[in-house]
Amino acid sequence: MNKQVTLSCAGIIGLCLVGVAAAEDVHIRTIAATCMTCHGPGGKSVGKNPNLAGQNKAFFVQSMKDFKSGDKPGTIMKRHASGYTDAEIDALGDYFASLK
Amino acid sequence: MTLNRRDFLKWSGAGVAAAFAGCATPPSGPRAHVVVVGAGFGGATCAKYLRQWNPNLDVTLIEPNDKFVSCPISNWVLGGLRSMDDITHGYGNLPKHGIKMVKDSVVAIDTDRRVVKTRGGASIGYDRLVLAPGIEILTDTVKGFTEAEAAGKVVHAWKAGAQTALLRKQLEAMPDGGTFVMSVPAAPYRCPPGPYERACMVAYYFKQAKPKSKIILLDGNPEIASKKALFTDAWSTLYPGMIDYRPNNAPLAVDGDRMIVSTEFDEVRGDVLNVVPRQRAAEVCALAGARNDSAGNWCTVNLATFESTGAPNVHVIGDSVGAALPKSGHMATNHAKVCAAAIVELLAGRAPDPIPVIANTCYSATSGSTAGYVAHVYRFDAVKGYVAQPEGGATAKGDTKNFGFAESWSKNIWADVVG
Repeated sequence: MNKQVTLSCAGIIGLCLVGVAAAEDVHIRTIAATCMTCHGPGGKSVGKNPNLAGQNKAFFVQSMKDFKSGDKPGTIMKRHASGYTDAEIDALGDYFASLK
Repeated sequence: MTLNRRDFLKWSGAGVAAAFAGCATPPSGPRAHVVVVGAGFGGATCAKYLRQWNPNLDVTLIEPNDKFVSCPISNWVLGGLRSMDDITHGYGNLPKHGIKMVKDSVVAIDTDRRVVKTRGGASIGYDRLVLAPGIEILTDTVKGFTEAEAAGKVVHAWKAGAQTALLRKQLEAMPDGGTFVMSVPAAPYRCPPGPYERACMVAYYFKQAKPKSKIILLDGNPEIASKKALFTDAWSTLYPGMIDYRPNNAPLAVDGDRMIVSTEFDEVRGDVLNVVPRQRAAEVCALAGARNDSAGNWCTVNLATFESTGAPNVHVIGDSVGAALPKSGHMATNHAKVCAAAIVELLAGRAPDPIPVIANTCYSATSGSTAGYVAHVYRFDAVKGYVAQPEGGATAKGDTKNFGFAESWSKNIWADVVG
């Protein structure tokens, strides 16, 4: 019986989370997910590419700007960083900083 | 076994959810069910992100194979850099994400009643269906290939697995001074740089183990179809004189007994033959009426949601999609994420992101310690489709730094897909 009640509550909470998800910026969340292809699921890298989860926002935004301008040279990241708007990079900074 | 929406409701306790539907606003109350066909780069990723972005979705993933064998990095097995074990991963982690795995294949799709039927006899209902089956190799387009393949003499090895292992064995058994003949189909085909990376990997192996050997590359395209500068540089500097590249040379026939590949211009004998025929979207797409481009080879989709233009509530992702986008494993995972996000929104009665952004990243090894890349960001435009952003491009020369990034890429993408 207790187990039944617990499961039911989990269902209700889960359902309410859908409401939370709706408030998320789907555009940014999807871009962030595409970054994770190289930087690891949840932004936690299992290779030598850096973690994105918990990344300091100011550092992230500055790094992306430096990749874009060429101040931080020599990697594939110039190709990627140049494809996003400044507003997207700013929002991605918030998103990755919020991941634990 | 019959699983339908009602059964899913039963075991998911969705009746409870429906009773409390006031705290969220799904259109119909009960848990929605998404069926994904194919657990490769696209399908497994889509199933994972559907569950991540809406834990109240029921997601069933139908896949006939026991294990995931990665096409990316499979050329490294041919070069002796990696083993089959290195590119093979189990599906054991996917159920931990709440995905219901069904080991079966789909033999019929009723898009009116929204039911798929499997070879094993199951009927599985869906609210949304995602087809991620990859390619079907058109073996009949090269005369004699089917017979030579059945005899184990000639393989395409363009789906990683047993043929990859067999091709490596054939290369190992080849005497020094022998000739490896590979043919490349005219675009579009899976993995545009793949054939040229394969030539590098085989050359790398020959250089160490049998340096008197030759490679003849018969290309159905007018020139190297991807990363041309990278491969041209690698062939001339790392493997001078070893690779004989012949463009505009699509194979017409193969003779597995005489070990000859024939094209319109050439008849080439080799000790190991690797013929890659043309391809199209896998048959399951046709079952849904989704293999609907003008030639009936590829699937036309709304690229903001990956919903088929030929079959409502059916989405197609990965190599089966006919669009001006590279057919890569990385792209398949990005299709999957845009598609998963769109399905979550559509099932909740909300509008999907109208301007999704995706990216491709593709590394190719040029030796046992060097690699180069091609990378683009693609921004969706309602009129033009995905537009490659101008700063995208490829490296002109392989280096050790990018080889390290390629290794790291493979670890992270595999973790993202089946981890």
